[in-house]
Formats: sequence, C-alpha cells, structure tokens
Amino acid sequence: MYRYDEFDYDFVQQRVAQFGDQVERRIEGDLTEDQFKPLRLMNGLYLQLHAYMLRVAIPYGTFNAAQMRKMAHIARKYDRGYGHFTTRQNLQYNWPVLKDVPEILKELAEVEMHAIQTSGNCIRNTTSDQYAGAAADEIEDPRVYCEIIRQWSSLHPEFTFLPRKFKVAVTGATTDRAAIRVHDIGLAIVKNDKGEVGFEVHVGGGQGRTPMIGKVVREFLPKEHLLSYLEAVLRVYNQIGRRDNKYKARIKILVHETGIDEIRRLVEAEWERIKDTALKLPLEEVDRINEYFSPPSFETLDATSRLFEIKRFEHRDFATWVRANVVAHKQAGYAIANISLKPEGEAPGDITDDQMEVVADLAEKYSFDEIRATHEQNLVLPHVKQEDLYEVFSGLKAAGLATANLGLISDMIVCPGLDYCALANARSIPVAQAISKRFSDIERQHDIGELKLKISGCINACGHHHVGHIGILGVDRKGEEYYQITLGGNANENAAIGKIIGPSFAYDKIVDAVESVVNIYLELRNGAEESFLEAYNRVGMAPFKEKLYA
Amino acid sequence: MALQIMTANRLLGGEVVYFSENAEWTGDFSAAKTVDDSDGAAVLLDEAEKAEANQLIVGPYLVKVERDETGIRTLSVKEGIRAKGPTVHYGHGLRQAG
Repeated sequence: MYRYDEFDYDFVQQRVAQFGDQVERRIEGDLTEDQFKPLRLMNGLYLQLHAYMLRVAIPYGTFNAAQMRKMAHIARKYDRGYGHFTTRQNLQYNWPVLKDVPEILKELAEVEMHAIQTSGNCIRNTTSDQYAGAAADEIEDPRVYCEIIRQWSSLHPEFTFLPRKFKVAVTGATTDRAAIRVHDIGLAIVKNDKGEVGFEVHVGGGQGRTPMIGKVVREFLPKEHLLSYLEAVLRVYNQIGRRDNKYKARIKILVHETGIDEIRRLVEAEWERIKDTALKLPLEEVDRINEYFSPPSFETLDATSRLFEIKRFEHRDFATWVRANVVAHKQAGYAIANISLKPEGEAPGDITDDQMEVVADLAEKYSFDEIRATHEQNLVLPHVKQEDLYEVFSGLKAAGLATANLGLISDMIVCPGLDYCALANARSIPVAQAISKRFSDIERQHDIGELKLKISGCINACGHHHVGHIGILGVDRKGEEYYQITLGGNANENAAIGKIIGPSFAYDKIVDAVESVVNIYLELRNGAEESFLEAYNRVGMAPFKEKLYA
Repeated sequence: MALQIMTANRLLGGEVVYFSENAEWTGDFSAAKTVDDSDGAAVLLDEAEKAEANQLIVGPYLVKVERDETGIRTLSVKEGIRAKGPTVHYGHGLRQAG
C-alpha cells in the first residue's frame, strides 16, 4: 500500500492548517458564505439537507486497518456513529459540525487521509478495481497508475478549475469491475500484439442527465506516456469544453458535439507536442511506486483447503455466503472475501463505528492489513487464506456483516436520495429497503441470479441507475415522488445505458413494479443459466413493457 | 398570496432552522412565523439577511406552507423531510434518525 512521503505529508498538513484558518474566519464573519463555499468544497465539505456532509477520500478504494479504525473513531466522536461508503470508493459522514471539521481533518491526516479532490470542478479521486492485486484475470495492478495519477492531479494548477468535475477510472483486468466506460476518462490496461503492456484509453463516458458510453480515443498507449496523454486530453477539454451551461460542461458533451475523430486529432496533436517532455514517466519512478503495491508475502498453499471444504459442508449459511461473496484469488489457497453493506432492510453503504472496527480487526488478522471499498458500496478483504474464511465469516456474522447477496438483487447501488441530499427529487434509501425486504428470501435471490439494481434520487444519477440491469430514477411530479424504471443498463466491459420502460410509478407502487419485472424475467428466461441481462438482451423491452403495464 | 415561512440551515451545525414567532431561529417547524403578504415576506427576508450577516444561518429562503386545524404543514416531500429529518434509520438500524 502507498505510504506518504515527505511531500505528501507536508502538503496534507498545510491543507489542514489552511482549512482550519478558513473555518475560523467563516465563523468570525471574515468570510461570507459565497467566499467560503468554494473553499469548503475543495475540502470535501458540503451542506446538505439537514447538516454538513464531509466526504473523505479513499484513493482507488485501498486502505488499511488503522485508517478504518480512525474512520470509526471519527464516526463515534464527531458524527452519529456511522459512515456511508459511496460509489467513488469514498466515505461520507452525514452529520459533522462545521467547527469540528478542522479537527476531523487533523485526525485523518494522522493516518494519511484527507478530503481533497472529493468535490469541485477538479480531477476527482481516481477509482479502480476493488480486486486489484488479487484478481485472477489481472494483467497488471492498476493501483500503481492510480497513484501516479493521484500525484500528478493533486492540485494540478492547470486543472483545478475545469469546466466541470472530472472522473478517471482504471482497470487492470479483463473484466471491468470499475465501470471505466462511464467515466470522463477510462483506462484499461491491455496487452498489444507484441505482448507489451499499455492502456486502452476511453474518453467521454458518464451518467447524469446525458448518459454516454465512453469512446476509444487511443487503442494502445505505452505506459510511459500515461501522464502526457492524460494531460493532452485534459488540456483539450479545458480549452474548448463548454463553460456557459453546467449541464453541457462535461467532456462527454464535448466528445459528443465535436465527434471522437476530431477530439482524437486535437488530443494527438497536443500529445505529440508534449509527450517527450518532463511528463514522460521515468521507469524508475514507476518501479518506485510499484514497490508500494508489491504482493504481500503469500504462503505456498494447496489450491484448496480441506478445512475450508469441511466447514462449507458443515455450515449451510457459510456455504451460501461463500457461493455469493467469495471470489477466486490469483494465489493458490487464497480467496477474495466480499463484505456486503446491504443487509436486509438497511441503508445500502452504511456501516457503524463498531462494524468498522470489526472489519479492521479481521483485515489485520486475516488479509495482510488490506481493505478495499467498492464502487458498488461494499467492502472487500482481498487476500484471505481459504482456511481462514470460516473465521472471517463468523466474525462478520456476529457483527451483522455476513449478508450473502453479492451481485444479487438486494446488492443495490443507492444514492442518499431525498433523505439527505439537497439536490434529490425523491427518496432512494426507503425504496431500496422495501425492495430488500420484498426479496428477503436469499434462496429466491439466488434463483433469480445476477441482477444489478441501481437507484438514483434524481437525474444526477449518483446511484448509477443508467447502468443498472434494472435502474430506478426518482422524479418529482408536482411535489410527489415518482419512479421511472429503466432496463438493460450495464456497467462492465459490455457497458450499455438502460432504456426507459414506460410511465413512472408512485412511491407506493414501485416495489410491486420491480417485482413484476423480475417475475416477467423468471417466466421468459431460458433456464436458470440465462441471467436477467442476457434474457433482456435476447427478448428486448417489448415483453417486459407489455406485461408490466397490462 | 400563499402562506410562507422562512427557513435556512444554521451555520455552525448545518441543521434546519425556521424563523419563529418569537423572532428566533428554531428547529421547530411548528413554531415558524407565517406571513401571507409581500410586506410580511419582506420582513422575513430582512431578518434572514441580518442573521446571515451575523453568521447565524446560511442559505435562507421562503417556503410555501398550508395551515389546517393542527397547524402549518409543508407542501412538498422535500420540505417535509427537512422539517422532520430523514425518514430512514441509519447505521444499519442501530441508531435512530433525528
């Protein structure tokens, strides 16, 4: 895991001191709200419906037990005893008090954390594959490049005031678990015909009110040119991206209106000019960063553990959890253990202070002190010995964290919605809770199979509804909450934007509508092997629409 | 003119507040001072401006409300949630909202 060097340490300490001074001046009245707002946003501090909200950065979703314990401590001391994991692999506190925020940032800095680049029109926290360094299908660990991007983008003077926010995601595996095609820039680590490793660069993806799938601007970028190419893309965007209308200011609109061929021409021309300057990555620097992400000291183990198999045979609940939440590891005898933050009937992504400490203890004891946050609002212990899985499961179960629903209908991405968010039109969390209760039978969920349901409380699409196999969008109809359903969205390497099925449903009808859609799928699928998305792609919208509105 | 009240968030804590009949900023929605004409609205706007200048509140705005036999009530789901707090438990049910 990356550790701060002297530069990082000084930089964060300076920022903590600066923001402490700014808060003091705001409280004293030396700064107006108009003057203070951009400063607080640069430090991840929003004012939401009922309170301030502080968004803490977890670069590329990787953190350790000490950091988790610190977040638990902050939740307990300064907030209401819980935190909320977000779709950018960050953590939000929903109830901090303004005067406490400088202290919170000081405490975060003690464990090499901060809230920089979690808001504002800058390059945001780069996200990545939660299984990085552990996935069996990985070409290279993407976190090395995420960290290089973090260092390059942190307070980049040219890109601190972009037309709009800018999100980058990197995957190093053939399966895209980082949704790179719905990011402003998506980077996929690939091998070319010569066996060289580089990046396929996607640009102009995004969700919000104008969802777009990113287009390939370069099929193969040699690794040493990563930063010069990113700089070229950002420079073109910064120069000709629209600033007259915030709804048309993202790079996806520029790519759409200008055309990918012209964007490519402009980017390549700029890149030719700068690619052999100081931005060219020195190999020794890549090696230096790589060292931080070298694999932990794995033991040499058999591919399967006898103890693991016995426990799986003896304990049905453990077997169910393994089936849903445990994923193959690249190292023989190890496994990737997913921790669902979607227990039945609860707020997706929430975790209490006590639960955070349980996860920290388990990570320290069983996963080389590593934890991952996922963009799907879950956690991961990336390197667990198979023979330790039962102990991990037992610890999670005692803490209410062993829900066996990964990738199933109750494992929803859900934005905070109108219960917290000042921008939302409708509530998201109660809808998710009701769906979770409706499908509470875990065997029924397994029978339905993989189904990614995503809920947004407004068109800003923080709940990723556009790429949900089933998407739900909350809309305001004369002050009342209504919900539109989309079908066929997908966030992985076959990314697609879902299509609206028809008229929206009232708050008290939306759960029935979702259940109807699921039942229609169960009726028309070609056996249990055909997933919801496969069935939808085969039959299209018509049979769903016909039966849902019959 | 529709019945209106003045709301904002408190600067220090961010909590929802209303300008009350007692000329204070209170978290109690039912205590909000109501006005039904432009002169009354202007008074509320003046009070909000003063409170902003004194670092008491941020983001003040007028909200339309209705009055029935039980008192005033909000007209939108959003203002209802602002008045009462989140409608959901948080922290996996271990703590209550509000």
